[in-house]
Amino acid sequence: MSALLDRLPYARFLGLTSHQEGDVLTVTMPFADRLIGNPMLPALHGGATAALLELTAVAQVALSYPRLRLPRPINVTVAYLRTGRPVDVRARARISKAGRRVAHVLAEAWQDDEAQPIASLTAHFLVAEHDL
Amino acid sequence: MASSTLVSLLPQLASGAAHTHALGFAFDRLEGDRVRIRVPWREDLVGDPDTGVLAGGLVTALLDHVGGLAVWIALDRFEPIATLDLRVDYMRAAQPRRDLVAEARCYRLTHSIAFVRAWAFEDSPDDPVAAAQATYVLSGREAAK
Repeated sequence: MSALLDRLPYARFLGLTSHQEGDVLTVTMPFADRLIGNPMLPALHGGATAALLELTAVAQVALSYPRLRLPRPINVTVAYLRTGRPVDVRARARISKAGRRVAHVLAEAWQDDEAQPIASLTAHFLVAEHDL
Repeated sequence: MASSTLVSLLPQLASGAAHTHALGFAFDRLEGDRVRIRVPWREDLVGDPDTGVLAGGLVTALLDHVGGLAVWIALDRFEPIATLDLRVDYMRAAQPRRDLVAEARCYRLTHSIAFVRAWAFEDSPDDPVAAAQATYVLSGREAAK
């Protein structure tokens, strides 16, 4: 379990758990009724999936910058690729550039099949402790 | 101007789903084509336990949701829509232990896509915590993705 995610109230609200293999975290958002955004389909709220992606990226960046208290997002872009069904969601992030001040991260979220992602994220994080 | 039928639905559309209810989202107000919703500060929605600031992911969810309301206002009816993509710029940290408000406006509606801008702030959209640009697919129509 990522010690960081365990410490963040919103990650706990979403029920996130994580698993680390080597340097790579896989974060799971277990299905819960309170994640439903569209009761008619039913489908997960896009905001919950976006938050999972963002927190996965935060945790992955934190692993690469152990001296940083908390990576701060500069911007995030989420593309919603498929409807989030009422089952667990998993996510994994990859740091494409680990700069001195800024890190660029790509992340994907999927349900049963990793090759069929339900959403993807592109984000920049500020990783310099005393920067803006 | 949105019809009274849609306006009367706004509180339900703002907080009626399980997720928005769990997050405490509430309809705030409608002025012309600009709609506002609010999320009251709560300990379990915090992103940084050392500062008490609401989570970035929550701000994203709030902006995504208020953008959807702006689309229904532009359509002047409720119909199924789906967020296609959403970009959020975080301009500054939110103030600790303060409610957040989000305002959105749908500035262009085509046959199948709605284009939206949205802002999150404590007091005024002139001093935003975050700004978003989002597109939504009008999935009730033929051209759905």
